[in-house]
Amino acid sequence: MDDHWNWSSELRIPSDTSVTSEAIEPLLERLQSAAWNPRDVFGVHLAVEEALVNAIKHGNREDLSKSVHVAFRTNQECVQIEIADEGPGFDPGTVPDPTDADHIDQPNGRGIMLMRSFMSRVEFNDLGNRVLLEKCRSE
Amino acid sequence: MAVHRRLEVSEVGAVTVVRFVDRKILDAANIQELGDELFGLVEQESRKNLLLNFSNVEFMSSAALNKLIVLNKKVQGVGGKLRLSNLRPEIYDVFVITRLNTVFDIKADEADALAAFGK
Repeated sequence: MDDHWNWSSELRIPSDTSVTSEAIEPLLERLQSAAWNPRDVFGVHLAVEEALVNAIKHGNREDLSKSVHVAFRTNQECVQIEIADEGPGFDPGTVPDPTDADHIDQPNGRGIMLMRSFMSRVEFNDLGNRVLLEKCRSE
Repeated sequence: MAVHRRLEVSEVGAVTVVRFVDRKILDAANIQELGDELFGLVEQESRKNLLLNFSNVEFMSSAALNKLIVLNKKVQGVGGKLRLSNLRPEIYDVFVITRLNTVFDIKADEADALAAFGK
């Protein structure tokens, strides 16, 4: 299944939210050089940023002794990203809908909704400490 | 007058117009600093009517949205108004997806937003 990807990269980043931009940059450069449309690139960028921040803050709780494992894969049409933290996991079904009247004016809780909106596929493992994001070109 | 590193602040009548220095509002430390500067406009500088012009902003994450939500509450708390303008389509989409377009008063451009303060 993996052999249909023509570019891949794996990295391990510290549990520090200041490093997320640098981690994402090679993927964005790859998409831009393959002429993905800017709206798709924006969506992938946002989804990966949200997933990384969730892994660092909520998964690893910014514990610098823990890492976040990241895998990027692309081919001509699609991009796939796996992000795994070393935390205990969570049940994404328990995250409140941030658009509910009770939560609409509350800070936090919008990351997963944005991932699901901008990506074609968002799947968590059973434990909830690894997420798979996939996006195929809009056109 | 306070020194702002992440914001460009000007005044148009009774409205404080704020532009963002960063094209990408991303890094956690920058977002923290940005939030502190925005909150300072209300809490230290006693400004009530704020217009945030996003023309320079190409990217922002939900961490930045969180600061805007808190800012909106602070502005409402002093009886002021917060308006946003010049959001590029991708960023406006973020507000629509999260339904924050129903929480914030978003205008197409600065002139529209300034006119709304006069109403």
